Amino acid sequence: MLQFIAKRLAMLVATLLVASFAIYGALYLAPGSPIAALTGGRTLPPEVMAQIEARYHLNEPFLTRYWLWLTAAIHGDLGESIPLHESVNTLIAQRIGTTLQLVLFASILIVMFGVSLGIIGALGRGVVDTGVLFASTVSAALPAFAAAVILQFIFGVYLGWFPVLGTGDGFVDTIKHLTLPAIALAATSTALVTRVTRTAVREELDREHVQTAVSRGLPWSDVVRRHVLRNAAIPITTVVGITIASLIALSAVVETAFALNGLGAYLVQAAQNKDFAVVQGISLVLVVAFVVTNVVVDIAYALLDPRVSLGSRAQ
Amino acid sequence: MSDLLTVTDLTVRLKMDSGMREVITGTSLSIAAGEAMGLVGESGSGKSMTAKAIARLLPDGAETLGSVVFDGVDVLALSGDELREHRAQVAVVFQDPRAHINPVRRIDDFMTESLRTLRNVPKGDARARAATALEEVGIDDPAKRLRQYPHELSGGMLQRVMIATALLSEPRLLLADECTTALDVTTQAEVMAILDDLRRDRGLSMLFITHDLELAGAVCDRTTVMYAGQVVETRAASLLHSDPLHPYSAALVDARPSIASTADRLRAIPGRPLSAFESPSGCRFAPRCSFAQDACREHDQVITELDGGFVRCERAIELRGKVREGAHV
Repeated sequence: MLQFIAKRLAMLVATLLVASFAIYGALYLAPGSPIAALTGGRTLPPEVMAQIEARYHLNEPFLTRYWLWLTAAIHGDLGESIPLHESVNTLIAQRIGTTLQLVLFASILIVMFGVSLGIIGALGRGVVDTGVLFASTVSAALPAFAAAVILQFIFGVYLGWFPVLGTGDGFVDTIKHLTLPAIALAATSTALVTRVTRTAVREELDREHVQTAVSRGLPWSDVVRRHVLRNAAIPITTVVGITIASLIALSAVVETAFALNGLGAYLVQAAQNKDFAVVQGISLVLVVAFVVTNVVVDIAYALLDPRVSLGSRAQ
Repeated sequence: MSDLLTVTDLTVRLKMDSGMREVITGTSLSIAAGEAMGLVGESGSGKSMTAKAIARLLPDGAETLGSVVFDGVDVLALSGDELREHRAQVAVVFQDPRAHINPVRRIDDFMTESLRTLRNVPKGDARARAATALEEVGIDDPAKRLRQYPHELSGGMLQRVMIATALLSEPRLLLADECTTALDVTTQAEVMAILDDLRRDRGLSMLFITHDLELAGAVCDRTTVMYAGQVVETRAASLLHSDPLHPYSAALVDARPSIASTADRLRAIPGRPLSAFESPSGCRFAPRCSFAQDACREHDQVITELDGGFVRCERAIELRGKVREGAHV
């Protein structure tokens, strides 16, 4: 097991290295100069330009700049926003909480509703199953931005149950403010998890080993819990993990729609302002979150399925 | 001997996309306490479905007519806890242990599950009994095996685990559904010997489903031959081989290669095996039978007693002792 985790961690480092290079390289190639945003289009004397370039290492070759950025990032310093004259760390720290809360809230909704509806659909055939399928189809067809507008209209404006903008203070108020954004964020993914859960449970129900359990006279509830759900948990965990990881990127849309001061919305804003350091910083944080989530899923997978860790154990 | 299991006139129809399809027609057989009954026939002849009906494991939407009586209880009418109790008394050893044992649970869990859940045996006791059972089927170091997962054991070993587990819950009837087919030949022999020994020791009844006539002859007291969803012959296992009553049984016996004599090619039964729902009216074997006459095709055959066995062929008396030669024509 330890060897398995060590391998996964080594792969994580490699992935991050490649991703960081891609992020940095993409922004290097992107049109526009960070200085243009700072100067606001005015022409500066060459000495001043040279001074600014030297200050932000803009005169160094690409690889040197990447190296400087990377080593600083490893030490926990994501650089400085040129237009704002502020540390990227501070800018991210102010917003990461909101995004984490939103993603966590949406994840809980996805697991709660996606998995349970999928199980209900798979076990209860007929009308129940059709209902689940219908609901998941509607939900899957709702992109986050559309869901956001619809939810705001119905529950915010028409019924007035939830606030439609902002983050709120304190636990209860925060939950209240984040409920609609979390639902909007979770809608499509919940449908996906429902579908996958339903299929996984159906497939397990038809497995021979489930027939063995039935043939031994075990109560149906035991058969379902100990054999069907236990085994279906393997594919379900994978999908839930990947879905949650993708929420981090999706959150940008929802944060913008609900005027939440989170990382995703800020990433879009920073890109528009040509605030390269912030874009790089946030992208890196998102990639780290995505990759770490995947490693957690891999480890969970190995814990759930004894056949997976065989490779490393046999060596 | 009183019968532990009596199947009378059992007809099974399965729900298919195209409607209900008959897979077994009017099957009757009985197994006495401590008796081993072989059930042979080609693929699709209804052997496994008969076993599934007895264990009440038929797929959803299946329709059953006739009766299955196990120890005085009408099995087809059972439901709920009584049905589960019936299933606990009828242990099934399936063909493919690798598919039939949950891959993500330890051997320990697989073996002790029924004891713990159904018989409320404490975990430690259940494990100790499982270890003893593993030793009985010739598995060394049971403590280690119990901690392992199914994928860490060979196919032969897993089938022994399956047998040990089946016996652990002290069933009264064992349904062995081609339980050695998935194993290689040497392992087959070992597993079969273990199963036979343990069954005899315990005086268990067994329904032994196989393609292998000789194997059935070696381990069973009587053998029932099925064709196209019907029983065509039931006879003492030792006699079926040397002195079959039904032309189909004779043809099956003849299709076996013999170790004692050399043959250029194996005799095959002409035509292909039919399922119950596609069989012609009249004798279902008639299209492939070398003794068939017009009369055979005209009316359904009934099963009659003959020389201590049962046969479904109206020419059986007339053909007595000649059916094997006929297969040579």
